[in-house]
Amino acid sequence: MSRAVRFQNVSRRFGSVRAVDGVSLDIEPGEFFALLGPSGSGKTTCLRLIAGFEQPDEGHIEIFGETAEGVPPYRRNVNTVFQDYALFPHLTVGENVAYGLMIKGVAKAEREAKAKDALALVKLAGYETRRTAQLSGGQRQRVALARALVNGPKVLLLDEPLGALDLKLREQMQEELKSLQTSLGITFVFVTHDQGEALSMANRVAIFNDGKIVQVGTPSDVYERPTTRFVADFVGSSNVLSPEFAAAHGGTSSWTSLRPERIDVVPEGATVAADCASAKGTVSVVSYQGAVTRVTVVTDKLPLIATIPAGASLHRGERVTLVWPKSAMVAMGGGA
Amino acid sequence: MSSDGKTKSPVGLRISATAGLLFLHLPLFFIFLYAFTTEEKSFAFPPPGLTTKWFGVAWNSRPDIWPPLYLSLQVAAIATILALIFGTLAAAALSRSKFFGRETISLLFVLPIALPGIITGIALRSAFDIMSIPFSVWTIMLGHATFCIVVVYNNAVARFRRLSGNLVEASMDLGADGFQTFRYVILPQIGTALLAGGMLAFALSFDEVIVTTFTAGQQTTLPIWMLSELIRPRQRPVTNVVAVFVFLVTLLPILAAYYLTREGEHTGGSSK
Repeated sequence: MSRAVRFQNVSRRFGSVRAVDGVSLDIEPGEFFALLGPSGSGKTTCLRLIAGFEQPDEGHIEIFGETAEGVPPYRRNVNTVFQDYALFPHLTVGENVAYGLMIKGVAKAEREAKAKDALALVKLAGYETRRTAQLSGGQRQRVALARALVNGPKVLLLDEPLGALDLKLREQMQEELKSLQTSLGITFVFVTHDQGEALSMANRVAIFNDGKIVQVGTPSDVYERPTTRFVADFVGSSNVLSPEFAAAHGGTSSWTSLRPERIDVVPEGATVAADCASAKGTVSVVSYQGAVTRVTVVTDKLPLIATIPAGASLHRGERVTLVWPKSAMVAMGGGA
Repeated sequence: MSSDGKTKSPVGLRISATAGLLFLHLPLFFIFLYAFTTEEKSFAFPPPGLTTKWFGVAWNSRPDIWPPLYLSLQVAAIATILALIFGTLAAAALSRSKFFGRETISLLFVLPIALPGIITGIALRSAFDIMSIPFSVWTIMLGHATFCIVVVYNNAVARFRRLSGNLVEASMDLGADGFQTFRYVILPQIGTALLAGGMLAFALSFDEVIVTTFTAGQQTTLPIWMLSELIRPRQRPVTNVVAVFVFLVTLLPILAAYYLTREGEHTGGSSK
């Protein structure tokens, strides 16, 4: 079984900038795959390489076993949902969705029926004759989705699909995209800079920094076992412990990640279980965040952040002990 | 015009505005007036009488009008087609890519319209001479195309700039090659701009005298024919009848172009 998408040592330069720098990546058929990274990290260029809008300077790309470099976008069986949706303003919603079929020479009645089904799939049944200018942002997003899906792509590419939507709508679309992907079984590859979005939707995540992939894994892999400080910092927030601090608290002598929610705050001097590590310190910041309270405690070596359930009464200057399971400390390779 | 009389401009301003309008349009009025005069040899004011017979004369018994008219229509049509092709291609190229010197090249495209016709005329005449191209209908068309390209280019480049680059990518993503993308996405969006530019180009070419004088051989276009008619005092009102015709042929496309581009501002900008 061939991979849905395969990158072998792919590079793409713009002038002297290496936007994508020696990336190797395998995406399996049927995966919901996230390309996650800060802006300028090369994730969007990777998506454009799959779509065919960019061609690699070096390396090899395969889409379902077929060589992709040199093949123009209009001869690839992939479709894209653009960040700004890129709906054709001179066409109706129905004509937008049927565009790809019209280009393929599908008869009018058939393509109209298929466009109708695709619109129903994204819950926009009956919107065929509307102008795109009359739609809300969320509806445009759905039209863009229907326009891509109606062509039956082998891989669907989504460029920051939820970036322009407000929070409520974004959560709703996350669920819908996820269930759509599960029911259609199409490989989805999406680009995002939002780690929450990547973790909640994707089966696997590739984390980009400076044109390189720094870690690939399931959401729990990258969250619970970050391999570099960059991943620990970028995916959620994390306490990064120096090798000395980690070794002194029962960890290994390497840079170590410790998630704030794994740290418990107890009164100073409380007994600590054998499989736990602890550190004494002074509360410096208490920040109420609704469901949780975020506490910064300054120990004698470094400040640590802990998130604890809301309702605990802590105040600034209070002496406390921080307790965490030794297993919560995850050693990371590489100093950076 | 004077709605509710809410805002009344000062008397002095109104008088000068009226004077300005008269200065601009009174000569036009005389062109129309003398198309109807009964006096044939010289134009006396007021006209001794009014008649519509010159329209009949121009239509029925002046075969010398028709060849220049056909020639002018032919020249304007070909010059417009040339301008549409090259103006659109130039606009597409310059609006889609960014490179050093782009603004300069853009200026060079627009320059011919700012250049005095006499310079364009002399330059073209010398160029055709050097290349030993005989003066003919084709040299007139090429001469006209130089300034017709400008209006098409200007109209098209403004619309191209508003065209989101993503639409082209979206079209290719959905399976359309370059030609299909042009046909189904680009052309519908720049269509009105091209139509407007084309009509302006047609109007510009149809009444052009200076460049024509320099680039024509023995051919007589309608404006040149009119110029020669004014010297010979024979059925002078016929020239005015033709002038009225030229006026309409050039004014109507310009008006239409104005409305087309104005409407385009509403619909074209709604993509975002």
